[in-house]
Amino acid sequence: MTTLRIKNVFKRYPNGAEAVKGVSVEVGDGELVVFVGPSGCGKSTLLRMVAGLEDVTSGEIELSGRVVNDLEPAERNIAMVFQNYALYPHMTVRQNLAYGLKNRGTSKSEIDSKVEAAGKLLQISDFLERKPSQLSGGQRQRVAMGRAIVRDPAIFLFDEPLSNLDAKLRNQMRLEIKSLQRRLKTAAVYVTHDQVEAMTLADRIVVLNNGLIEQVGTPAEVYSRPDSTFVASFIGAPPMNLLSATLTDAGAQLGDQVLPVQTSLRGDVQLGLRPERIKISQSGSGASIEVTIVEELGATRLVHGIVGGQNISVAVDAELPVPTGQAVISFRPDDAHFFHATTGRRL
Amino acid sequence: MLRTKIYDHFVLLLGVFIMMGPLVVAFMTSTFDHVLIHKEGMQVGWGGKFIETYSTVLSQQGGFTGEVTGWLMTQNSLILGIGFALGKIVVSMLAAYAIVYFRFRAATFCFWIIFLTLLLPLEVRILPSYEVVQQLGLLNSYTGLIVPLIASATGTFFFRQFFKSIPNELVEAARVDGAGPMQFFFDILLPLSKTMMAAIFIIMFVVGWNQYLWPTLMTTDESYFTLVRGIKQIMQIMIGADIPKYNEALAMAMLSMLPPALVIIIFQRMFIKGLVENEK
Repeated sequence: MTTLRIKNVFKRYPNGAEAVKGVSVEVGDGELVVFVGPSGCGKSTLLRMVAGLEDVTSGEIELSGRVVNDLEPAERNIAMVFQNYALYPHMTVRQNLAYGLKNRGTSKSEIDSKVEAAGKLLQISDFLERKPSQLSGGQRQRVAMGRAIVRDPAIFLFDEPLSNLDAKLRNQMRLEIKSLQRRLKTAAVYVTHDQVEAMTLADRIVVLNNGLIEQVGTPAEVYSRPDSTFVASFIGAPPMNLLSATLTDAGAQLGDQVLPVQTSLRGDVQLGLRPERIKISQSGSGASIEVTIVEELGATRLVHGIVGGQNISVAVDAELPVPTGQAVISFRPDDAHFFHATTGRRL
Repeated sequence: MLRTKIYDHFVLLLGVFIMMGPLVVAFMTSTFDHVLIHKEGMQVGWGGKFIETYSTVLSQQGGFTGEVTGWLMTQNSLILGIGFALGKIVVSMLAAYAIVYFRFRAATFCFWIIFLTLLLPLEVRILPSYEVVQQLGLLNSYTGLIVPLIASATGTFFFRQFFKSIPNELVEAARVDGAGPMQFFFDILLPLSKTMMAAIFIIMFVVGWNQYLWPTLMTTDESYFTLVRGIKQIMQIMIGADIPKYNEALAMAMLSMLPPALVIIIFQRMFIKGLVENEK
């Protein structure tokens, strides 16, 4: 079953700018789908169209089998968590949670029991009588989620909900969101520009760029088989190395270096290599690299160097010795990705 | 450090002296007998007739008909001040609400038209205003006294700026929560605007209280006279050889200054909060 079906949706603003240029996505029951992309890629616009906060220029948005294009946000059976929480500052946490229910005409006793339940679930029961200004960032974030949960919606919409939190809290809340969503088994769309959040949270990732979908897939698929150079460089940290190479019978020619690859392709391509899939050693067989800078990341080191006149980075385990000066790189031939030299599509 | 402190205090005291000096002299003079004031001018010291003078001013039947007392004029002034301030808040808040939150074609245009009325103060349009009110039969009524004054470009501007500072996500959250325009206004916007409303109320109360020209023109019935008008009334009763009641006029001036001063002193904190704070 599908909860949300977005069919060929366009968004054109009155000034002619196109934010979303024909996007089709489905979100299954209980599935958490992450829209990820750089700022201005249309991911937030898409989410806001699902929420009913933006008009749909053309296309259809179907929620639980019902076209909702012309429905008000409140009539859509959605709940949204905003980036800056958007809690009502003059209301207590309890009032914040209850406001939506009250507007729907839910009975007092039902509101109370739902608010109590959400409070317990999110561990905010102790703060129910406080105002948002008396809460910490993480607690406010929980209240914002509580406000979504009490509505018992068909789908949760998260609009970059963690970007206002500090790094440590962000990791913690990320886990909480994931476990909460698993427990409630409610479908969710989560918008973020942070690929780590996307990878860790998603059942499926939708990578957007320039108002178009670049790729849809599970985190593993998107990571291991990126459809385009855009996805390849956006997903994964540090990003994939993209090198201009010419494929010949001998292998991939990079300047004066030849890298051994397995492919029947010939001609100019962009060669993609994940930094963590490249091995580097001081000596041995393989293409030679001139090491320029080494970045210390704790668990790994990132070695930057030049191969055949092009910049490349290699992730090295912290226990391994740091190569200096002239070194040698190698990789398994099937770890190489090939993309079209100009369009950037996977070959 | 110490020297700057002394210097700072000197400047402050000088300011206090310049601003409060005349008031103190006026107050002290008002406690003297009017004949003495007529002979010797303004007085410094305690004349000992405080209770006498002030109770006379408040309760003495004066004016042409003898129906109007200081107390009644105070009430009229309060009605004008409060009605004026509340009216301005209601009208300008609604106007700003429409301008900021409803996307109608001429919103910006309307806002600038409203803003333009700043160039047309009451004094400029007083004759047409008078004629309209007269034709509506509202002369000598509180409605006629208050309503023509309550449209406020300044208030609309203040509220517009304030509403614009309220994060848009709050509006959207309310929409998702199913709040219609009315609910949003009463449940969210109104409580958030409290300090802003208090600040505007204070300013407008003082402005309303100090209205002189419009009430003078509007009210011929003495039972609608305001305090600010009344001061002039007392000075006018120089009939024959009577010496004007300088002490009573001064007392009335003091009285007419008291409520606005009290309002400011009591609501000072809220007033400053409303002007500087953006509750988010």
